[in-house]
Amino acid sequence: MVDLIKLTIDGKPVAVPPGTLLIDAAKQMGIEVPSFCYYPGLSLQGACRMCLVAIEKMPKLQTACTTVVGNGMVVHTETPEVANARKAMLEFLLTNHPLDCPVCDKGGECELQDAVFRYGAAETRFLETKQHEEEKKFSSLVYYDRPRCILCYRCIRVCDEGMDVNAYGIGFRGAHSEIIPNRGEHLECEECGACIDICPVGALTSGTYRYKTRPWEVTYTGTVCNHCGDGCKTTLSVRNNVVIRANNRDHSGVNGEFLCVKGRFGWDFVNSEQRLTSPLIRKNGKQEEASWEEALAHTAERLQAVLAQHGPGAVAVIGSNRTTNEENYLLQRFARSVLGTNNLDHHRTADFSSLVRALTEAGAADRHATIEEIGAASSILVIGNDPTHQHPLIAYQVRQAVRQHGARLYVVNAGEIKLRRQASQYLQVSPRGEAEAVRALAGQVTASQDLCTGEAEALPTFAQALTKESDTVVIFGDEIQGQGVGDLVRWGLTLSGRTRFVALGDYANSRGAADMGLFPDTLPGYQPLSSEAARQQFESAWGSNLPTTSGRNLRSILEGIRAGEIKALLVFGANPVRTFKLEKAAFAGLQFLFVAELFRTETAEFADIVVPATSFAEKSGTMTNTCGQVQALKRTMRKAGTRSDLEILLALARLFGQKWPYQSSEDVLREIIALVPGYGIPLPGLLVGHAVATRPEGAPPPLERPDLVFSSRDSLFTSGTLSRYSWALNSVDEAKKPYGHAF
Amino acid sequence: MRGNPLEVKILTRRFGLPNSASIDVYLANEGYQALKKALAIKPDDVINEVKKSALRGRGGAGFNAGMKWGFVPKQANKPKYVVCNADESEPGTCKDRVLMEYDPHQLLEGIVIAGYAIQSHQGYIYIRGEYRYLMEIVDHAIAEAYARGYLGKNILGSGFDFDLCTHSGAGAYECGEETALLNSLEGLRGYPRVKPPFPAVIGLYGCPTIINNVETLSNVPHIVLQGGDWYAKLGTPNNGGTRLFCLSGHIERPGIYELPMGFPLGRMIEEVGGGVWRGKRLKCVIPGGSSCPVLTAEEIDVPMDFDSLTKIGSMLGSGGVVVLDEDTCMVKAAWRIMKFYAHESCG
Amino acid sequence: MLSDALKHKFDTVIARYPLKRSAIVPLLLFAQDEIGHVSDEAVEEIARRVGVRPIEVVEDIGYYSMLHRKPVGRYHFQVCTNISCMLRGGEEIFAHCAKKLGIGHKQTTPDGLFSLEEVECLGACCGAPAMQVNYDYYENLTPEKIDELIEKLRRKDQGSRIKD
Ligand SMILES: Cc1cc2nc3c(=O)[nH]c(=O)nc-3n(C[C@H](O)[C@H](O)[C@H](O)COP(=O)(O)O)c2cc1C
Ligand code: SF4
Ligand code: SF4
Ligand code: SF4
Ligand code: FES
Ligand code: FES
Repeated sequence: MVDLIKLTIDGKPVAVPPGTLLIDAAKQMGIEVPSFCYYPGLSLQGACRMCLVAIEKMPKLQTACTTVVGNGMVVHTETPEVANARKAMLEFLLTNHPLDCPVCDKGGECELQDAVFRYGAAETRFLETKQHEEEKKFSSLVYYDRPRCILCYRCIRVCDEGMDVNAYGIGFRGAHSEIIPNRGEHLECEECGACIDICPVGALTSGTYRYKTRPWEVTYTGTVCNHCGDGCKTTLSVRNNVVIRANNRDHSGVNGEFLCVKGRFGWDFVNSEQRLTSPLIRKNGKQEEASWEEALAHTAERLQAVLAQHGPGAVAVIGSNRTTNEENYLLQRFARSVLGTNNLDHHRTADFSSLVRALTEAGAADRHATIEEIGAASSILVIGNDPTHQHPLIAYQVRQAVRQHGARLYVVNAGEIKLRRQASQYLQVSPRGEAEAVRALAGQVTASQDLCTGEAEALPTFAQALTKESDTVVIFGDEIQGQGVGDLVRWGLTLSGRTRFVALGDYANSRGAADMGLFPDTLPGYQPLSSEAARQQFESAWGSNLPTTSGRNLRSILEGIRAGEIKALLVFGANPVRTFKLEKAAFAGLQFLFVAELFRTETAEFADIVVPATSFAEKSGTMTNTCGQVQALKRTMRKAGTRSDLEILLALARLFGQKWPYQSSEDVLREIIALVPGYGIPLPGLLVGHAVATRPEGAPPPLERPDLVFSSRDSLFTSGTLSRYSWALNSVDEAKKPYGHAF
Repeated sequence: MRGNPLEVKILTRRFGLPNSASIDVYLANEGYQALKKALAIKPDDVINEVKKSALRGRGGAGFNAGMKWGFVPKQANKPKYVVCNADESEPGTCKDRVLMEYDPHQLLEGIVIAGYAIQSHQGYIYIRGEYRYLMEIVDHAIAEAYARGYLGKNILGSGFDFDLCTHSGAGAYECGEETALLNSLEGLRGYPRVKPPFPAVIGLYGCPTIINNVETLSNVPHIVLQGGDWYAKLGTPNNGGTRLFCLSGHIERPGIYELPMGFPLGRMIEEVGGGVWRGKRLKCVIPGGSSCPVLTAEEIDVPMDFDSLTKIGSMLGSGGVVVLDEDTCMVKAAWRIMKFYAHESCG
Repeated sequence: MLSDALKHKFDTVIARYPLKRSAIVPLLLFAQDEIGHVSDEAVEEIARRVGVRPIEVVEDIGYYSMLHRKPVGRYHFQVCTNISCMLRGGEEIFAHCAKKLGIGHKQTTPDGLFSLEEVECLGACCGAPAMQVNYDYYENLTPEKIDELIEKLRRKDQGSRIKD
């Protein structure tokens, strides 16, 4: 225990750890020292001088944001002298300020306004004419208004230190200083918008939000990003049923204030004109608008006909990487207990099953790392994947661990991924050589000649360094699957301390789809279908028998369609035609194709029936991120004409004469909590917005074939099919860079 | 350069000699004798001698030079640096210029001795960009010193190594501030750093560094050669030596004059500078460069040393004495000075 | 294109420092001395040589007042109007230059021969009013001296043009 430093602030004694900054010590006591340039987690700037305080025995006022506490210090934060100094600073800041608050995006949530409200004078002594400067468009998403800028450098620092993009600089000097972008007049960067978010004033504004609203005219709903698998918490600002902004307003949750370009701007597909709002039924070869009742009744009839004629083996279901856990759970229930088939799968982007299987076998089912644990880790091993693009939050957490806690990063990759900059050891392997590298690290095999493209000693040095670490977090992409996951887990667990693992799945609920058993051979919670006990548990809960033989996996479903063995296919929130690059002929053998979708995708174009589904912004439920943390999605708005997959499934079940006991997604969640192993999570925490870790345990069957698990390798600016419908993601020049470009 | 019989010429003693900047003239006039003497004694003894001399920083702040050197950690596994501040940009100040123009070796000798005192092996002279011709003079002197063995490896057979080069600024008053100067020397914009830590502990490239003004360092050879006590006695208590005063503005004989510390301001204007120009009356004086609060005509009895000026609410600063006559518009003068600080992003 | 001599100079200057980026400002000034301003090419080249991103070089250029992104005149008049010079007619000298050359602060004559800038203290206060033309100092200025200098520089330029 270190001795605490004792000091007095505004007459009250306080004891804080050595090294604490005065501004933080004051904050702990509920005393707010105003500040602009100070920002927790970023380097100190000492630029704005708003935080001046009086310290006894010191001749001049001192900046609380750079002064470290000392024993016996007596500090006053609100003397007349201090108030005067603040007033003077504000007067300076306002000398060239355009005072255009009535039309400024930041009006109402501006730190400068707040400070002037508290300390400022209503009059200025400056008569100089203001230097006007036109607003600058740094990119389609980032605009800069020089006269509003108070030069706090937050934007520069967050981009350097938080994003490792270093896109900003400062040009000119003195009163003419301004923020300059890295490419002449333009910005070339990750377009994450962190700089806009962190700007205390309205100097940096967002291309999607600017001049749209006043902040008090919108409703705010905390929910979860629908793009990658990291599960950032976000607040959607909605006005007149249109989303106009996303930011993690209260900085809570797994991501703090972080959002990547997709989270911050890429939600705009929700507002797209191309959203489907009416069911479509193919009549005489053409898809025509129809009522929901007609579409659903028709679907039930056609399905019943196929079932009657060809049996359940001729029906298959493909689920989604983005729908909620509740929807996925109902979907597999519908497939298994209503349609009577295990021909059920989804596009698997990571081999979660093998991870659960390996950890369970090793008796280490609790060794899943959370997003927070990545950020706090002392050593991290990243194998394959390019997290900067595919998992921006995880990449951010890795950088934070390195920057804030001096964590060592170990990277095994075939490419020059950007995280290499933070890596203390980097093992470059031949393309697709990651799995072999793992076996070689584990000492199972000697590495083949051409495995490591770097120096000869690279692999042993790498292995040696890792053995000196403890509590390592191991993060891996689709390069490691099947047997490879087992190899990795067994070796990883021999490292010292609590090694923990993360498998990187592409999308918002990739993990949930696996957890909820969208598999031909695995029930929810990774229970093998072959397990009598597991089957019986669900059979008794649902009051119906489940088909006992494994169904077709996704590849086999597609093959079955081609071979004419699958006659009816239901697709919920997936676009297999694009994912598997299918020709129209591939579906020629189908008698019936049903698609529930937001847009008329390539798959939807082939469908006999398309129903318009709601997006993540329009429904409630839960999602599980790639680390296995469950978070609640909250409905933010309505989209006329659409229904959620949950409502669709409930309606279909009714049409099949089922009496399902669910009224809402929460009812389904209660059943999941009760029945799905690993999901025994506390409901209240979830409802107040926490990310609750699950702990799946089970013995799912081994991976059948290697081509079932593959990542789509989305970039920062793509998100499967959805990103096509985002204006923002397509508007930035950076989206045209080759995949993997490091900004 | 004009002279005046009241001057006490220590730093400027060689100024009148033909070719005074050359190493031969320097060597013929006691040049590098102090270095020889310093290298023969312990580094700490050099520091003590400088402390004894009451030499205070001539850059403006007036900090005791020997004390500053004493703050440098003795044991350090990092390199240490000596940086000479030749950024001279304080309006009213132009003394470092003549020191480098007429006697660059005096400065070099002072820097090498300082390097020895803190056991540094690398020095930089940060010269404002406008002083390009001085950079050429100093570069030439450095080359001469290397050629004669006063710089480089094993100086004068002592085993002490010291390298030195010039570094050019490019127009920024703020870079005269020592931590801003360090940033500038590291290739960054010249913003001051948060202090503490002070440069003596964490300075250039994160290493212990002393930064001294040209004039401060130019004094060092004389102190080493003639002793700290001798030097201290030239001035007033705690304010050792002489100082180069730059008389400018509304004065009859503007110029740079070397006078003992504590020389009264009134006499300086009247007897050295020939009084206010055109027979006008004095309105006020800026005693030490434009950063210093002005003194009214009633206050000019003050002895020109650091403590006396602080006592009356102004500063001795950088030695730039700017005289303003009775017709001067003070608002205009203040406005011009403010404009300067705004342009330079300072204050 | 940067000359070989300049590139050589870059190498020697960079070698003076344990941290290459220390050389940025001197290199910019040397490049400007040769080219007349800091060109985009010079920015890229310097950034590459000292191992920083170009924007870091651009940040420095904006900060240091002697560095220009655009060409200035062959003879760049930098007239001090700071306090010591102001007291002895610095502003009048500036006004005289402006009138004589027909240009204002930070402007260049159409023939590209002269440019004018009002600058801060040049360290020539005891020779006030003072100015620099390029790197050369001119002190104790009077309007007559300015006229003579401008004439002299014009003649010199013509001389050099005939030679070309
Ligand atoms: C704004 C500002 C400008 C300064 N300019 C100079 C300068 O041009 N030359 C100088 O030697 N010191 C200057 N100084 C003082 C330096 O910070 C520093 O105190 C000095 O170089 C230390 O050397 P000395 O102790 O030998 O004076 C300046 C200080 C400030 C705050
Ligand atoms: S939007 Fe671009 S400039 Fe702004 S913080 Fe993100 S990466 Fe940096
Ligand atoms: S743009 Fe905003 S964040 Fe950046 S310096 Fe200006 S006020 Fe600060
Ligand atoms: S990191 Fe992933 S979850 Fe977070 S904002 Fe980006 S796409 Fe959304
Ligand atoms: S908050 Fe302390 S100086 Fe800006
Ligand atoms: S004030 Fe003009 S040179 Fe110093």
